[in-house]
Amino acid sequence: MPQIAQLAATYSSQIFWLLIFFGFTFFAVGRGMVPKVMDTVAQRDKQIADDLLAAERARKQADEEEASWRARENANRAEAQALIADARGKAAAATADRLAAAQTVIDGKLADAESRIAEACRSAAAEIEDVAADAARDIVGRVAGLSLDDAAVRSAVKENLVHG
Amino acid sequence: MAAEGKVDPMHQFSIHPLFGSDSWNIAGYNIAFTNSTLWMAIAALLLFVFVAGGAKRQLVPGRWQMAVETFTGFVDGMLAANVGPNGKKYVPYIFSLFMFILFANFLGLLPLGVIGLHAFTFTSHFSATGVLSILSFSIVIIVGFVKHKLHFFSLFVPHGTPALMIPAIFVVELISFMVRPFSLGLRLFVAMMAGHVLLEVLSSFVISSGNASIGLFAIAGLPSFVLMVGICALELLVAGIQAYVFALLTCVYLNDAENLH
Repeated sequence: MPQIAQLAATYSSQIFWLLIFFGFTFFAVGRGMVPKVMDTVAQRDKQIADDLLAAERARKQADEEEASWRARENANRAEAQALIADARGKAAAATADRLAAAQTVIDGKLADAESRIAEACRSAAAEIEDVAADAARDIVGRVAGLSLDDAAVRSAVKENLVHG
Repeated sequence: MAAEGKVDPMHQFSIHPLFGSDSWNIAGYNIAFTNSTLWMAIAALLLFVFVAGGAKRQLVPGRWQMAVETFTGFVDGMLAANVGPNGKKYVPYIFSLFMFILFANFLGLLPLGVIGLHAFTFTSHFSATGVLSILSFSIVIIVGFVKHKLHFFSLFVPHGTPALMIPAIFVVELISFMVRPFSLGLRLFVAMMAGHVLLEVLSSFVISSGNASIGLFAIAGLPSFVLMVGICALELLVAGIQAYVFALLTCVYLNDAENLH
């Protein structure tokens, strides 16, 4: 068993060189590079955690913005609806006004025309009365040879015309 | 030796100086640059290259960086689970220990014999594993006494020990504590050596039976070869597990020193 047989001859060399190379490993690798590697890992973990947090925050903000946008949108829609209703009311009122004005004009014209018709009727009737009275007086004068009073003839004619 | 039909399964563990360095010494102590030293150097260098390749500090890691970060994360998790938040400061040491042993174990299993080189597993020498285990044990003792002063001795008296039993329990606990560096170092050395001896013995069956006759090869050589393939896989597992056990036990002992009970 060389481990024991060669122990006396080799122990110092073994111990010396193992300490040298393990020391090198410990100081160059363990103390030198391992902390950097672990630092990188820690940085990455931190970065990931931060990114997740930022993403969560952004999501929350987006939700809030959406909610506020929705509120604004609803308000705008309500406003638009109000505007439409208002315009519709105004338009209806204007139409009604113009209709009323037109109706007034028409009514006026109608009344005017009716009064003119009535006037025409009346003057026509008067004219007929005059003609009838003249004719009746002439007829009475010629047939009966009577000279009648103008007013009497006229009232008689008027009475006949009225009672048909 | 194979030509004589004999394979010495222990020959693979023998240490011999390289580059004519057998007379190097410091104050009379021999420090020859041996094949064992060479593989320590290779393990340290490869580990350095491996971790350096993963220390690119990219936010989005590549495969290499991912591999290195997996190991540091593994060691970090092991310390967090066994020692707690106080264990963070031991990550460099436990990482070095775990990776150095892991690389040594795996390098020793490389089939370099195929191209005429001889892999040497320095973790199959208790003179090497002993240094590592004494290092771990020293750290435990230093941390324990610095942190808890003489109160550290209460580690040897578990909670709820009847007053009458305290002297006896103290002695038992002290002995079990003092055995730790030996069990730590011997476990790794024995596990690595046993596997390599087993592989060597089986390979000697294959070679001897092959040299003897075709019939013997079919009966003994072929099954041994199949078994070797399976044991090679098992040895890869053992290489990882022993490195893990060494690091894990160091963590457990550090927990004693950091948190007492």
